Amino acid sequence: MPEYHQYPSLAEFVSTFLPESWGWLAYVLAALVHVALLLVLALTVAAASNWFERKVSARMQDRLGPTRVGGRFGWLQSVADGIKLLTKEDLIPREADGLLFRLAPYLSFCASFSIYLALPFAGGAGGWVAQRLNIAVFFVLAVAGLEVFGVILAGYGSGSKWSLFGAMREAAQVVSYEVPLALAALIPVMVAGSMDLVRIGNLQKDGFWDWLIFHDPFTFLTFFVYLTCAVASVNRAPFDLPEAESELVAGFMTEYSGFRWSLFFMAEYASMFAVSVLAAILFFGGWNGPLPLAEWLGLTQSHGGLAAYAGNFLGMCNLLAKSYLGVIVMMWLRWTLPRLRIDQVMTVCLKYCIPVAAAMLLGAMVWCYALPGGLVRAVRPHPEAAARWGAPPVDQPPHPPAALAAGKGGR
Amino acid sequence: MDTPAILEKLKQNIGSGIAGSNLEAIDPWVEVAPGALPEVCRFLRDEPELRFNMLHCISGVDYLQTDPKKKSEWEPHLEVVYHLSSLVHRHRLVLKVILPRWKDNVEGQLPEVPTVSDIWRTADWHEREVYDLSGVRFQGHPDLRRILCPEDWVGHPLRKDYQMPLEYHGIRGR
Amino acid sequence: MVLERVDPELAEFDVHTDELLVNMGPQHPSTHGVLRLVLRTDGEVVKEVIPHIGYLHRCAEKIGENLAARQWIPYTDRMDYLAGMNMNLGWALTVEKLLGLEVPERARHLRVLIAELNRIASHLVAAGTYGLDLGSFTPFVHCFREREKILDLFERVCGARLTYSYITIGGVMADLPRGWLDECEAFLVSFEPVIDDLHALLTSNAILIHRTAGIGVLSPEMAVSYGCTGPVLRASGVNWDLRRDGEPWCTRTYVGYKFEVIAETDGRYPQDAPYPPVPSAVVLGDCWHRFYVRMLEVVQSVKLARQAMDYYRKSPPGVGEPLRLVQKLPKGEAYLETEAPKGQMGFMVVSDGTTVPWRARARSSSFCNLSVVSELCRGCLIADVPAIVGSLDIVLGEIDR
Repeated sequence: MPEYHQYPSLAEFVSTFLPESWGWLAYVLAALVHVALLLVLALTVAAASNWFERKVSARMQDRLGPTRVGGRFGWLQSVADGIKLLTKEDLIPREADGLLFRLAPYLSFCASFSIYLALPFAGGAGGWVAQRLNIAVFFVLAVAGLEVFGVILAGYGSGSKWSLFGAMREAAQVVSYEVPLALAALIPVMVAGSMDLVRIGNLQKDGFWDWLIFHDPFTFLTFFVYLTCAVASVNRAPFDLPEAESELVAGFMTEYSGFRWSLFFMAEYASMFAVSVLAAILFFGGWNGPLPLAEWLGLTQSHGGLAAYAGNFLGMCNLLAKSYLGVIVMMWLRWTLPRLRIDQVMTVCLKYCIPVAAAMLLGAMVWCYALPGGLVRAVRPHPEAAARWGAPPVDQPPHPPAALAAGKGGR
Repeated sequence: MDTPAILEKLKQNIGSGIAGSNLEAIDPWVEVAPGALPEVCRFLRDEPELRFNMLHCISGVDYLQTDPKKKSEWEPHLEVVYHLSSLVHRHRLVLKVILPRWKDNVEGQLPEVPTVSDIWRTADWHEREVYDLSGVRFQGHPDLRRILCPEDWVGHPLRKDYQMPLEYHGIRGR
Repeated sequence: MVLERVDPELAEFDVHTDELLVNMGPQHPSTHGVLRLVLRTDGEVVKEVIPHIGYLHRCAEKIGENLAARQWIPYTDRMDYLAGMNMNLGWALTVEKLLGLEVPERARHLRVLIAELNRIASHLVAAGTYGLDLGSFTPFVHCFREREKILDLFERVCGARLTYSYITIGGVMADLPRGWLDECEAFLVSFEPVIDDLHALLTSNAILIHRTAGIGVLSPEMAVSYGCTGPVLRASGVNWDLRRDGEPWCTRTYVGYKFEVIAETDGRYPQDAPYPPVPSAVVLGDCWHRFYVRMLEVVQSVKLARQAMDYYRKSPPGVGEPLRLVQKLPKGEAYLETEAPKGQMGFMVVSDGTTVPWRARARSSSFCNLSVVSELCRGCLIADVPAIVGSLDIVLGEIDR
């Protein structure tokens, strides 16, 4: 087990109750707990987003939305919809490829859900994360791209030309947009110097001026490129061609109904929320609020375990709120803008997003070399901030390579 | 130009095609012989003083009195009525082609008229409709098939002696 | 119940490899009714579109040979059901032309007022559903909200929201109820800011312009040859509107009214109101221009409606008597076209001297407008097909009758 954290992970904690050679069981039990918690989060987010989308779209269209099921605000509408979907007839078209048709929704949902395993929800030394990875950003981007398998299988396995069209468009779109998405995500990684999401979040500790989006103008612009690519990779309008209702009935989801459809649907909302969490951590400080309230209120590790827990809990609420704002912006876009055609989607990716992202990467690189502390340090040099940006990172191994020490220490 | 002047011009140029006219009707019309129809239409469209560039409507009207109690004032015949207008000179014209109800008086053989779909592209669908509902065959039409009724329908519904089929693919007709 | 016969035309297609025969409809969210479009595609590029119509054929013309002239009015309602009043007006004017019957002044102004309100309602549906076809869900609801107000006004006038049978041969069925004019004025006042909202959401929206600029370009010669009329013709640059240029029996309804015909003349559209500018990417005769012409016509209809309300207030009472059912029609035939929202709607009535017409013929604008779709869709992408079909603004009730 790695030794760079002071408090034990859940697996270690459980293993203290088990005999020596049963350590693997502790890991399995811890994993089950993590998965259960994340599943609760993902499914709650899906259900809540469903309700919220209906309310937001209704208000934007000058009407009310659900107002009857479960009181004046229709809270239980999502539950009612869920029950309906579960009790629907299980219909498989005659021309469908049975195994692929049945497999596709699960693939899609598992890919969406796996992203949550690497996302931290609160920081500090250990971090509230299912599995802390020092290549977390890479993992997230890689697993997010797996969702396209489910879509292609769904489109092909449905045995319908319309579904096939939807699947092919989806494949082209998601695979193309992975490139600018990765480039856009690379820039905060480069600025922070690590792919570990916990470290990236911890770096943005002291108030909103430390957030990476305000680090330099290039990172600021990169956020908007990231937003466009994120919307494209989760197939939301204006990039929702694969599910284009008015053209292909429902694209690759045409032949799906009931529980299988609800899996695709949950996968979409889970992905939306996951890319928003990623955006919040990479650009908006993650679990750190605009002002370092937790520090001021003394809810940090140095004041004991319970205070730390409370501080982390507040951080988690902060992160969830920021991510939900991202989801709301995506809903806002969906209900306002018309849909782009597939060749226009490709044009935006290849002719706009990639060059802009590449230019931002270059710009950020130059900026980091010239002004390593970022805009804040250049404008208002603060000894602690300078020290933090100049000092070796919290979790680095004790003997950094000489060149790195010279480069950072010699500033 | 009003219809008498147009009729004069037509008679001067394609006198043989004009078979009659009625200039006192509410919409004055000119009767054209079926064989001369394409020539007359092309003249009407291309002649600079006439320039009938829009064909509004082709209708088929069946003149057959089926009620034995009523006296028929006309011989049974079919009329194909063309309504033309010129957006340039702002005048209108009605052309009529008078046809026997069956070709060579053989029941079941549809009367024939040459197509004008190469002169006005809108005639394509209008002639399909007249073929479908009134039973007039248009020679030279690129794709003469039914447009409103199903492709395998039997009979031409707007003819006065038409009777609904007894059944169609298992659905009772009458 | 399954029809075993294979469509003989399709079986004879010479389908190359890589080509896909895709069927859009008859049940499809964006074909504006029961229209079947068979697309022959090579990947995403459409090589040919064959429209199949007739799914909504209800034999209205055959029925017209068995009913008195006034009894056929409800059947005209159901042709272009989004503009029922204009359909009623067309048939009423045609039979009045045969009879030589003039309607009282008040009825004439009422007809203009009601027809223009219905034009606004029809164009709102066209604009909203066009946005919906392109993926923009919200303007659809805004358009239908405004259309609801018009339908409420119509319900106050004649009791029906969609199939009115209000304009009749001889005038209109009844005069306006008390307070209706004030409600109408209130609606027109509340409607004008909504037009600006729709311009912001749709007409000037960069994505919509991207989706419609240069798509489905219809040249004026092709438009006239295919018999396209109405906004489709005017968007190609042909300055022709039957309310101004039609035959005397049609234009006498609009005598004394001032309005602009929305068509690009000398490179400019009429400038009588602050319309959004024409973007540089669009080409005359493309989908965007057809959409733009409809949006501008709505403003003209509001102007006409206000003038009609003024004239109505000044006219002597008396809205005409509906034609008696036992009235014999004079022998002869009459054909008249009027400017309906979707184009020029023509009716022909042939009479043999009895109360029942010998032939009642309806020439619908959407029938001719749709025939041009096979030309327009050659070489476009699949996603452009709903954009083109939506811009033609067809209604299957009119096409199939």
